[in-house]
Amino acid sequence: MIEIKNIAKTFGDRQVLAGIDGTFKPGDTSLIIGGSGTGKSVLLKCMIGLVKPDSGEVLYDGRNFLTVDLESQKAIRREMGVLFQGSALFDSKTVLENVRFPLDMLTEQSESEKLDRAQECLQRVGLENAGDRMPSEISGGMKKRVGIARAIVLNPKYLFCDEPNSGLDPLTSIKIDQLISEITDEYKITTVVITHDMNSMMEIGEKIMFLYKGNKLWEGDSNTLTQSSVPELNEFIFANKLLREMEK
Amino acid sequence: MSRLGHYFIFLGSLFRNREKMRVYLGLILNECTSIGVGSIFIVALVNTFIGAVTCVQTAYNLTNPFVPKNIIALIVRDSTILELAPTLSCIVLAGKVGSNIAGELGTMRITEQIDALEVMGINSSSYLVLPKVIASVLMFPLLVMMAGFLSILGGYIAGVLAGVISPEDYVSGLRFDYKPFGVTFALIKTVVFAFLVSTISAYQGYNVSGGALEVGAASTSAVTNSCIAIVAADFILTQILLT
Repeated sequence: MIEIKNIAKTFGDRQVLAGIDGTFKPGDTSLIIGGSGTGKSVLLKCMIGLVKPDSGEVLYDGRNFLTVDLESQKAIRREMGVLFQGSALFDSKTVLENVRFPLDMLTEQSESEKLDRAQECLQRVGLENAGDRMPSEISGGMKKRVGIARAIVLNPKYLFCDEPNSGLDPLTSIKIDQLISEITDEYKITTVVITHDMNSMMEIGEKIMFLYKGNKLWEGDSNTLTQSSVPELNEFIFANKLLREMEK
Repeated sequence: MSRLGHYFIFLGSLFRNREKMRVYLGLILNECTSIGVGSIFIVALVNTFIGAVTCVQTAYNLTNPFVPKNIIALIVRDSTILELAPTLSCIVLAGKVGSNIAGELGTMRITEQIDALEVMGINSSSYLVLPKVIASVLMFPLLVMMAGFLSILGGYIAGVLAGVISPEDYVSGLRFDYKPFGVTFALIKTVVFAFLVSTISAYQGYNVSGGALEVGAASTSAVTNSCIAIVAADFILTQILLT
């Protein structure tokens, strides 16, 4: 379980996060939603240690990530898998080498064990035949799937996905969402997804947190999302014409 | 001053919380190939012509009949070993290797590849930069030795073909009043320049924020700052080692 308590962050004189609290449970796909510039990505970066918050706590099964020593922090990091917005695959490595990379760097497994595990993960995301290709030779959707394979290769307890659907067509987006949701359920991972994609919210939002101007304005799930009385959330959800008409 | 402070903190981060040595060996070999083998052609070409031009221009300026012809070769030799081969080669390498390092790291930064390393618990600066620094420190001196040889050879070929000096005079000039410390001095300078070029370029690239425009600007700054550092270090080292 991941708990965040009173996370605040200011850049210069601009407050990006104003004391965010939340709990993310194992086996749930939790979504953090909100418009651009509301602090979603900064919150994620605070949670995974890429940005140091000004105040607050990030607890991974009770371990405060921000105050533990370096070795414990490394141990927590090794329990994390992160899918970045642009997939962040290493350009100079093949798809298989990208997936194998965490195993090469962080484990003492034999060559055959590492190869088997990397192939297994590629198979899990449906890319067992793409191992020899370079990231530049595959599509955006495939890159996301390779990113997921790399994120789960170490059997993480916590999976973070930063806008996994950005730049993808609706059908591929849904496939990626379903893959994340299945993996979360299968391995009982605590998954946190940053998104502003309505399909994702309705499809996989077991728990949803709405951020607005650095504040948490609403918390619920995909069933209650459209019935909220928070005007900012309604404005965000019913931003497009089709949904506005459906609301009427 | 604050950027200088950040640069030294960055240097410190290369050696703290390093990965296991076996991780670096393969990376260093790859970088040696990229930095060393990949730079042979440009360094060879530039230095051969520089040697040729130095010889012909020296001959053109030595009009006094009382000055022996072999002095031309002596001037080519000393200017090559003491200055042209190490300094000019490293300035060329700052353009080629420095911009490459800054561009590569800058692109990795803006495409979140460096963040991906960090969240895995890998010291990204050490993993990405240290192999480049070690490879530069190993390969630059080899390139400069080759550069010195080719520059003197270029001077010989140009001098003989242009008829400004005979082969015998050239060889005798090369041997006249030779001080072996010149080579040591050149190699010391090269190691320092290699460290400066690789770390300054890596610092510029590693700390990029923004997009393609900023990566381009970082590459330009990497080359500019490396060249400034080279000429400043050149003066300081000359003062320390030759006076």
